[in-house]
Amino acid sequence: MAAPLVLVLLVAVTVRAVLYRSSLAGLISERVEVASPLNAWKRVVEGLALLDLGVSPYSGDVFHETPLVIYLFHFLIDYAELVFMITDMLTAVALYLAVQDYNKVLFKKQKLLIELDKYAPDVAELIRTPMEMHYIPLKVALFYLLNPYTVMSCIAKSTCAINNTVIAFFILATIKGSAFLSAVFLALATYQSLYPLTLFAPALLYLLQRQFIPVKMKNKDFWFYTVQYAGLYLGSLLVIICLSFFLLNSWDFIPSVYGFILSVPDLTPNVGLFWYFFAEMFEHFSLFFVCVFQINVFFYTIPLAVKLKEHPVFFMFVQLAIISIFKSYPTVGDIALYMAFLPLWSHLYRFLRNIFILSCVLIVCSVLFPVLWHLWIYAGSANSNFYYAITLTFNVGQILLISDYFYAFLQREYYLTHGLYLTRKDGTEAMLVLK
Amino acid sequence: MEPAAALLGLLLLVPALAERATAPVRDSLREELLLSPLPSGDLAATFQFRTRWDSDLQREGVSHYRLFPKALGQLISKYSVRELHLSLTQGFWRTRSWGQPYLQAPAGAELWVWFQDSVADVNKAWKDLSNILSGIFCASLNFIDSTNTVIPTASFKPLGLANVTDHHFLRYAVLPREVVCTENLTPWKKLLPCSSKAGLAVLLKAERLFHSSYHSQAVHIRPICRDAACLSASWELRQTLTVVFDSFASGQGKKDWSLLKIFSRTLTEACPLASQSKIYVDISSKGQVGGKDTEQYVNDAQLHFSLTAESVYDLLDPGLFNASRSLNVLLKWKRPQDSLAMVAPVLHAQRYVSGYGLQTGEISTVVYNTHPYRAFPVLLLETVPWYLRLYIHTLTIITKGKENKPSYIHYQPAQDRRRPHLLEMLIQLPANSVTKITIQFERVLLKWTEYTPDPNHGFYVSPSVLSALVPSVTAMEEEDEEQSPLFASLFPSFDGSSYFVRLYTEPLLVNLPTPDFSMPYNVICLTCTVVAVCYGSFYNLLTRTFHVEEPSQGGLAKRLANVIRKLRGVPLL
Repeated sequence: MAAPLVLVLLVAVTVRAVLYRSSLAGLISERVEVASPLNAWKRVVEGLALLDLGVSPYSGDVFHETPLVIYLFHFLIDYAELVFMITDMLTAVALYLAVQDYNKVLFKKQKLLIELDKYAPDVAELIRTPMEMHYIPLKVALFYLLNPYTVMSCIAKSTCAINNTVIAFFILATIKGSAFLSAVFLALATYQSLYPLTLFAPALLYLLQRQFIPVKMKNKDFWFYTVQYAGLYLGSLLVIICLSFFLLNSWDFIPSVYGFILSVPDLTPNVGLFWYFFAEMFEHFSLFFVCVFQINVFFYTIPLAVKLKEHPVFFMFVQLAIISIFKSYPTVGDIALYMAFLPLWSHLYRFLRNIFILSCVLIVCSVLFPVLWHLWIYAGSANSNFYYAITLTFNVGQILLISDYFYAFLQREYYLTHGLYLTRKDGTEAMLVLK
Repeated sequence: MEPAAALLGLLLLVPALAERATAPVRDSLREELLLSPLPSGDLAATFQFRTRWDSDLQREGVSHYRLFPKALGQLISKYSVRELHLSLTQGFWRTRSWGQPYLQAPAGAELWVWFQDSVADVNKAWKDLSNILSGIFCASLNFIDSTNTVIPTASFKPLGLANVTDHHFLRYAVLPREVVCTENLTPWKKLLPCSSKAGLAVLLKAERLFHSSYHSQAVHIRPICRDAACLSASWELRQTLTVVFDSFASGQGKKDWSLLKIFSRTLTEACPLASQSKIYVDISSKGQVGGKDTEQYVNDAQLHFSLTAESVYDLLDPGLFNASRSLNVLLKWKRPQDSLAMVAPVLHAQRYVSGYGLQTGEISTVVYNTHPYRAFPVLLLETVPWYLRLYIHTLTIITKGKENKPSYIHYQPAQDRRRPHLLEMLIQLPANSVTKITIQFERVLLKWTEYTPDPNHGFYVSPSVLSALVPSVTAMEEEDEEQSPLFASLFPSFDGSSYFVRLYTEPLLVNLPTPDFSMPYNVICLTCTVVAVCYGSFYNLLTRTFHVEEPSQGGLAKRLANVIRKLRGVPLL
């Protein structure tokens, strides 16, 4: 099992090494889809240059990385390419191990439910077999490493890859059941990009499930465990933030990193929804709409937690997707992370309604991004609306993809308990509707 | 009737006379005009009106103003100004073809002020001061705010008497987009004691002054030593105005000129309040050999001058005026002259933007040191607005193909919508060298309300400022700049081997990407629709559960259809 993974890793390293040496590297690192103001490599280098000049990197509005990233690259600036290759490999391996473990858990759970007769009798074809689950971890690693989005992100040296690694380690720690490491990595991820804060809920649900603690308000164990996990999380967050303070001896990074994420002052075009909306916004509504748009990331967490109480890993996947759609400076690297999970849900394939159209939309949009950018910025024959239109389509595509997966997941769960071949009272084949 | 009027006149005169007797006149006005033909065939006219007042303006209660304009005097005492320098300029001084300027100013409006160290809130004083100056000079100085104000650390030292050099009391701003025209000239002329009624200011006729290649008017206020002992300070107000006339083009290919031709006026008298009133004609013609071939005429009567660097006409000398009481200075060339290739000034610079597209770009500044054997350092100040995001790590300084490391560098990065980039560097220029300074920037997409009314015209970037102590080239230069009558004392003079020069490069015009200004509503609607699509589909999935579709009794449509079917006699649905 390890041999194919090693092969995939080798292929991925080769692809990256070749691209780093090619002339494409410069071109890719300038792409706005790959490098956002928050994580562009050019800005990391600028921050280090400012530090060398004796100017605080946070005194200007160019550098928005966290102090730990400065210190990481302060020592590793000459090995940056290597660092980004290694982070990608680590992400893939972490996802591989996490998915492998999760599949085992899933299989055990399925076996238990069958033994308990919780499934309808005619759902044999929905039952997952070890055969089909065998290659899923490898496919996840493959999907992450050879996804063009990840490759481009790595070539552009977008620090998004580091965020992805931290989140992958968080997922691994959660699935392995280590509450402490999970809290630490979640704190790190939150510290890096704020939005992973919402992953607290699925992680807690998963850990509770692993400890066989029912999620009930009256349950004392539930509260004890929740407080313990929250304490670990907040404690490590506090430690990391204080550490950052002592590294630079100032709190300047808080407004410069988190204020920048939340108030969206930089309107450089990207694949997200924010930039054009706030470029065209009337000044006195600006604050209101910033709040409305930012709330989208956090808004779905509680209802999702209620609905997907039993399926925290799927919840995590949906939440990651929501983050990458609604974060203020999204890049394709964020999208690559949740896309890596798609093979994990390959058993939902038969319930997906318009996967073909949506994949076409996403692929066509990805191709059109650079084309319309060129027409707007360089050729001058198009205007900003063209690029804006394609970001809208891309985001609609992503939203529909996620809701399609969500729909398919719920539908499969329904079929598992109620039987695959539903009949009406009069014996004809029944339709399933959402009511 | 007549004795009564005389008595009245006497009564009015008595207090004035009494005051004159008790307090000696403590203020003076000197007016000067320098006419210098430029190597390219153009003619530069530089006016300077110097008002000096032996009074302590900082002290409260100074209320009697004679020559010094009250508007400016009150400003100085109210805002505790130590020094004030304002220039309004239209056009660009072409150093390469016109030679070193006497006093260059950047295109647009430039204001720099040193405040007294007693000022607590310098930013507020600066804001108020620029607003008042905006009113006085009818200029858009009220657009000076934190986004275009910088605090240079080394480039702008006080020019007058000063013992404080804490740069926190200095503010500097340039508005490169400012258009200078008649409405700025009129208030400037009104500050003169004789206004434009008498003296050299008679020549300042707006339609001629603005029909020129370069027009720059300035106000410099500074404290100076009252006497050689320098125990107390006097205030000095210099109002200068530089115009470059394209006389070669307007004179049908001849370089001859006269006061009447260029100003369409002649002089009638000196300003009665002036203690000095002189016209200098620079006949040395920097870099030209034709100096000896000129003839000068005053009132059409040929006078013979000794071939010194300048010819001087003292307007206070009554013998200068002819019977018609008018003075016209005329210069005729004996032989038709071609524009001779001039010797490039020791220090000059040019600046441009390179790169294509609206994503990134590069600002290049090329600084020339043409001195054959002396190297000297130059202080470069760059102020770049925040919407061009500079990347300091891309800064390269190349001299003679080698990297030139600046010995001093001060960089203050911009903050979006709050302050501009400020870059100050001390660069050593080797003898006879060209130094190229490049820095890359990124163009920012602004909010639609932040664009100027004509966004595709582009955005101006203020000129960079070069300050240097330039060594004299006695072997090359026929005239020593320091001997110039006009500005000998404005810049601090150093030893005879070098002189201070401040140069401004071209302002830049940079295009930024623009959003579509016509569709804010569409964008708000469309983006909100996408958010609603997400909300809608998630809301559906989160709040509803799956049910087997039960055969319904049919809605209104189905019942209606059945009624029609029954009428038609076809099977019901």
